[in-house]
Amino acid sequence: MAVIEVKDLHKTFIRQDGRILNVLNGISTEINKGEKIAVIGPSGSGKSTFLRCLNQMEEPTKGTVIFNGEDITAPGCDINRVRRKMGMVFQHFHLFPHLTVRKNLILSPVRHKLMTPDEAEVKAQELLARVGLADKIDEWPDRLSGGQKQRVAIARALAMNPEVLLFDEPTSALDPEMIGEVLDVMKELADSGMTMYLVTHEMGFAHKIADRVLFIDNGIISEQGTPDEVFDNPQKPRTKEFLSKVLHR
Amino acid sequence: MRNNFDFSKRNGAGRGDIVLGVFALFLLYLLYSSGFFTAAAWQDFNRRFYQNFIKDRRYMMLVDGLKATLFMTSGATLIGLTVGLILSVIRVAYKGGAPIPVLNKLANTYITVLRGTPAMVQLLIWNFTIFASARNLNTQYIAILAFGLNSGAYVAEIFRGGIESIDPGQMEAARSLGLNYTDSMRFVILPQALKNVIPMLFNEFIAMLKETSVAGYIGIDDLTRAGQNIQALTLEHSQPLVMVAIIYLVIVLFLTHLVRKLEEWLSRGRR
Repeated sequence: MAVIEVKDLHKTFIRQDGRILNVLNGISTEINKGEKIAVIGPSGSGKSTFLRCLNQMEEPTKGTVIFNGEDITAPGCDINRVRRKMGMVFQHFHLFPHLTVRKNLILSPVRHKLMTPDEAEVKAQELLARVGLADKIDEWPDRLSGGQKQRVAIARALAMNPEVLLFDEPTSALDPEMIGEVLDVMKELADSGMTMYLVTHEMGFAHKIADRVLFIDNGIISEQGTPDEVFDNPQKPRTKEFLSKVLHR
Repeated sequence: MRNNFDFSKRNGAGRGDIVLGVFALFLLYLLYSSGFFTAAAWQDFNRRFYQNFIKDRRYMMLVDGLKATLFMTSGATLIGLTVGLILSVIRVAYKGGAPIPVLNKLANTYITVLRGTPAMVQLLIWNFTIFASARNLNTQYIAILAFGLNSGAYVAEIFRGGIESIDPGQMEAARSLGLNYTDSMRFVILPQALKNVIPMLFNEFIAMLKETSVAGYIGIDDLTRAGQNIQALTLEHSQPLVMVAIIYLVIVLFLTHLVRKLEEWLSRGRR
């Protein structure tokens, strides 16, 4: 069953100089429960904008996003309630630097009365252990390395018990030697059955964990299929060109 | 925003210290060669000191003046903080999409006019034009109003800068966790913004302390004016004003020290 259903999504930005930028030009797809989708494509192709439309960080110009049968692009929809079920992990982590790791994790669950402070505390310890940072619970975010920050950010998203996790280039801002530790955590999440939507440049990782790969170009899904189909036997010339550039072959 | 001027942690004398030392020696030599250290000169200094500050408890004029200065500074800062917070919230909310174009225009005009004219001119206008007929009003309150409203325009810019200096990603992260706009502001943006601007607000207080020295122009016996009043009594040209300057300096240095301690405390947990 589809957790997220996207129908004919368009997004147009009007720039300050009045020029119109068509970023998304009609995207339709479904994300099923437990499915891992990797999204690849050249920069500026609209893949991040598409991800941000899924939890309405960007308001689509046209089209609908349906989450668990509810149209979340409808005007009366309480988007804050929906976002509690859709975790998001950012390229630049965006931990709250004025709060300790512990408070980063428990702020939202406790504020929304999803858990008591005690329950949230237990959950926070559990999640930090899961991402391998149990000893960092009282640490300040600025004292963590990039890889540690991103693992805390993943734990923070998980603290809301989301049904879907959206990853927006989670390893692009990391030093190369820290990418592995974050991918390991994501691999473990994927194995545990989490529904994941991942925008990435890590082709090897996408190949390994994705059930389906989307190649987005010029604001449309120009090609999609299993990792083997897209990576090893791309059909469109644009896909071939992109892959040959990023895979150096 | 760590300061680089913490002499206590430095080993040995730097080039600046040597220059200062040479300069001090030079001054001492000048004083010595002009007969300053002779017994007669010392007696003269003491006599004048007695005339200026001890006789008839004239030091109380300085104490009362200092009280007036601190009273005006505190009152004006409170008004400035309140006005500044309101103005900055109007401007940030308007930028964030709130439909308040008229309020925003008013706020902008207020800030432009009050920052674009000298505080002293504003003080004179408040006293001699707007409140010209209010003879029973304590002029100190007029000064507090004038300095406070002036300061509000600057504080508004400090607050706005503080809020806008926070990475937009912070708001996005908060919203992505399902927090609404108000909660995101309250728990994520404002605590960080406030933390960033507290030193600047303190600096505004320090600037205000010095700014109130023009209050004498509307007849308030503040610290500066007290020094002038002593001058008028003793016909002494240097000691009263130098004393006034020393008092200002000591207070400013003390407050500056507090700001540094505050900055250190605020930046704990930061790399």
